[in-house]
Amino acid sequence: MKKVEAIIRPSALRAILDGLKVVGYSGVTVTEVSGHGKQKGITESYRGQSVEGLLPKLVVTAVVDDKKVTKIVNIIIKSARTGEIGDGKIFISPVTNVIRIRTGEKGKKAI
Amino acid sequence: MKALHFWLTQSKKKSAALLAIGFSLFSAVSVMAQQVTSVVAASVVPVTAVPAISAGDTAWVLVSAALVLLMTPGLAFFYAGMVRKKNVLATIMQSFFMMALISVQWVIWGYSLGFGPSNNFFLGGLDWFLLKGMPAVSPLAPTVPHLAFMIFQCMFAVITPALICGAFAERVKFTGFVVFSLLWATFVYDVICHWVWGGGYFGSIGALDFAGGTVVHMSSGYSALTLALLLGKRKGYGKESMVPHNLTLVLLGTGLLWFGWFGFNAGSAGAANALACNAFVTTNTATAMAALTWCLIEFIHHGKATTLGAASGAVAGLVAITPACGFVDVSASLCIGAIVSLLCYSAIQVKIRLGYDDSLDTFGVHGVGGTFGALATGLWALKSINSGGADGLFAGNPAQFFIQLKTVGATALWSVSVTIILYYLVEKTIGFRVSPRDEELGLDLSQHGEEGYHI
Repeated sequence: MKKVEAIIRPSALRAILDGLKVVGYSGVTVTEVSGHGKQKGITESYRGQSVEGLLPKLVVTAVVDDKKVTKIVNIIIKSARTGEIGDGKIFISPVTNVIRIRTGEKGKKAI
Repeated sequence: MKALHFWLTQSKKKSAALLAIGFSLFSAVSVMAQQVTSVVAASVVPVTAVPAISAGDTAWVLVSAALVLLMTPGLAFFYAGMVRKKNVLATIMQSFFMMALISVQWVIWGYSLGFGPSNNFFLGGLDWFLLKGMPAVSPLAPTVPHLAFMIFQCMFAVITPALICGAFAERVKFTGFVVFSLLWATFVYDVICHWVWGGGYFGSIGALDFAGGTVVHMSSGYSALTLALLLGKRKGYGKESMVPHNLTLVLLGTGLLWFGWFGFNAGSAGAANALACNAFVTTNTATAMAALTWCLIEFIHHGKATTLGAASGAVAGLVAITPACGFVDVSASLCIGAIVSLLCYSAIQVKIRLGYDDSLDTFGVHGVGGTFGALATGLWALKSINSGGADGLFAGNPAQFFIQLKTVGATALWSVSVTIILYYLVEKTIGFRVSPRDEELGLDLSQHGEEGYHI
């Protein structure tokens, strides 16, 4: 099992969710975050005082079966890529266990 | 207006009855209530040739009083949007609480100190303690019942100490703030109010302040600067991010302020007449011009016009036109609006360089804008707009400008001196500033045990 975390532009979310729906995958968590990468933040101005601000991003998190990782990653790349700096990143990490709270099922069955 | 006249009018009984209704709040203390009503009845002394009470004027003054009240929650939002999330409630409370505290102070001793019949030029005295013994009408607004004028003025007294909160935002104890505000309202606001409006010295030498450039904005602005310096910077100032947490609140607050300010300025005519219309139009024009100018300055300076800039410009315009609105014409109001934004914006840039923490720019907007407005009144005032006023410098009367200058100086001096005394009084007894731990935690939790936003 792997955790796929994708930092994306907020505008890419709808396409990613639609893409996941097409392949029949529904378990996903979306978080609002701020940050910056190579493109740096954005300069904000308050009563003439400049402040270095962060860019709004979303993190889409999904824990998936090893076999599905490539498929999911491809959907995210296809939906979130504009080719400009700031498209985001995908982090993939191993997950040792998953437990469904309702039933107590463990492992792949709980995904 | 050195001595107050006691009018006898058709509405004498009506007004006395109104007074009695007002005082019936105290009927629980029946002995007191009897005493009070008997004094009211005895106070009305016959005088001839008095304008009758006007229903239209009374309606306008009462509506204006309600409009001015709305400015205080407007100010609460204006300030609360600019602080960090953890202080949103405490900041709203500082303004909101003034509606409770000063409303009570005003009817017990505030109105009497400000407008009472004293023979000195300094303070109105306590003759109208608990509003007892007031004549049926005030000579300052002879066509409305005295209570209407009193409650209209009450709303001014409420918002003025609330304005100061912007300077010490995010770092004072609620108890210290309450005690300071009560003392400040009594020893600064009521005093300056008497000097300029209540029959005091500066009113008698002809100082022009239509709706409170000196009394409201300068007094609060200079006291704000004093407190910002005495209290010191917020913990982490210059290191942590202290950007406004919700600019939508700031804009909402500004809208409410702009709306309520029509009561503040046009209501200060004390009647529904042509002068009120002049004040209404100059107020709206100067505000609009100031917002436009501020946005333009930002656009040139930073390449973008900001919402905070539009709001700040509007408030600066409202502040500057306040003393002038009933004395100047529309073209002067355009100039006042344009210049005030330039001055306030520059003052804030200087503040950033000097590094003191007037957190929400109370001095930068109200102190600077109020001073400019008071002086601008001495420049652009026209007797043709207000026969009860005077011509200003540009109409060939430089003396008026010097009267304004004198009033400005005295207001600043008194506000700063008394604020220093009150600061030490509060800081050395119950404490004014919160502990570093409470400041870090945020005032909402440490002072009120609440949070503005939950998950």
